[in-house]
Amino acid sequence: MLQKSIFISICILFFSCKSETKQTNVASVDTTSKVEAKLNAEAKTTTTEIPVLNFEQFEKYLQIDDDNIHVVNFWATWCAPCVKELPYFEAVNAAYKGKNVKVLLVSLDFNLKKLNVFLAKNELKSEKVLLDDPDQNAWISKVSKDWSGAIPATVIYGKGKRKFYEHSFTQAELESELRNFINQ
Amino acid sequence: MKTLKLAVLAILFITFSCKDKKKEDTTNAKAKTIAENVEKPKKEVNNGYQVGDIVKDFSLKNVDGEMISMGNFKDAKGFILTFTCNTCPYSVAYEDRLIELDKKYASKGYPVIAINPNSPEARPDDSYEKMQVRAKEKGFTFPYMLDEGQKVYPQFGATRTPHMYVIAKTPKGHQVKYIGAIDDNYKDAEAVSKRYVEDAVNALLEGKEVEVKTTKAIGCSIKV
Repeated sequence: MLQKSIFISICILFFSCKSETKQTNVASVDTTSKVEAKLNAEAKTTTTEIPVLNFEQFEKYLQIDDDNIHVVNFWATWCAPCVKELPYFEAVNAAYKGKNVKVLLVSLDFNLKKLNVFLAKNELKSEKVLLDDPDQNAWISKVSKDWSGAIPATVIYGKGKRKFYEHSFTQAELESELRNFINQ
Repeated sequence: MKTLKLAVLAILFITFSCKDKKKEDTTNAKAKTIAENVEKPKKEVNNGYQVGDIVKDFSLKNVDGEMISMGNFKDAKGFILTFTCNTCPYSVAYEDRLIELDKKYASKGYPVIAINPNSPEARPDDSYEKMQVRAKEKGFTFPYMLDEGQKVYPQFGATRTPHMYVIAKTPKGHQVKYIGAIDDNYKDAEAVSKRYVEDAVNALLEGKEVEVKTTKAIGCSIKV
């Protein structure tokens, strides 16, 4: 009888523990995906033309599993606050290169011509892609469940941490956020 | 006796391993709360209406100078309310489709009503005068109102233009039935496969439950 009750209590303990681990797993799911070196090669071939990707092709940029801190900024030429903060992302990309920070500028423009004119006028050194996928309801939540769809919006991830921002940054704010990632 | 000892050991082991996890969890949770505190957007508008909420009526100035409230529409069964503006390319891309929606559904009891949430100080091209010009140019068949002082859009929790709300008149009041995008292709009206707003209004007209109650879309942030 005693043994039986001990076994039951072991079972209970075991299961209560299990649900705990499950929760932890869910919390850290965002950092587990693997991305091959292929990705870098792809980007290099397109130095003159901006790669145009649908969400399926783009998604890997949100899950790069390496030693870098990835700053992914969603912007468009028609979005004034986005254009205003572009220099801050450029500055961060240049200044923190040695600290394993990589900036990716994701344009949501729907006029490629207009984007190219803008890029010809304003040299952006950070890596750039154009995300062109009209079924936005299908993918916005995959970037972040907290994203309403307004831009500017930014994801910073790396070293097992991930944060989403649906607002503009000043350069100081951006750098201070970044330092939280670097100095952890 | 031996088994009993083993069992006790096992219990102890499990309890401790479990405790460790718990500890980790709480530290993570703590870190997360701290992180979230830093991350707070500058203007919190996410606490607006959800589907099922009752909308407080407003009184806003239309481009023709009249003050408009939902209460003015005695014969309406509901509304296709949009937060839109002159300057956002997504809004512009949807202007023709808004006119179509109004033509199709106003006579059935669901007129379009449009509110510009942008501050004219932040966006001079979204001023009341410029709204009048745009409404005339495009031949808007529906009211186009300025959210003067920007008091209405935060109640709705609108975050972008365009941002759609389908509202039905119910015994409880004006009730939100759908929030989100007009359809699933801003680029090409011909290529649309899901007409979220139309589906919602059709369901309401048939007395059915709205199937897709919320969707997301890219849009311009509201200029404050």
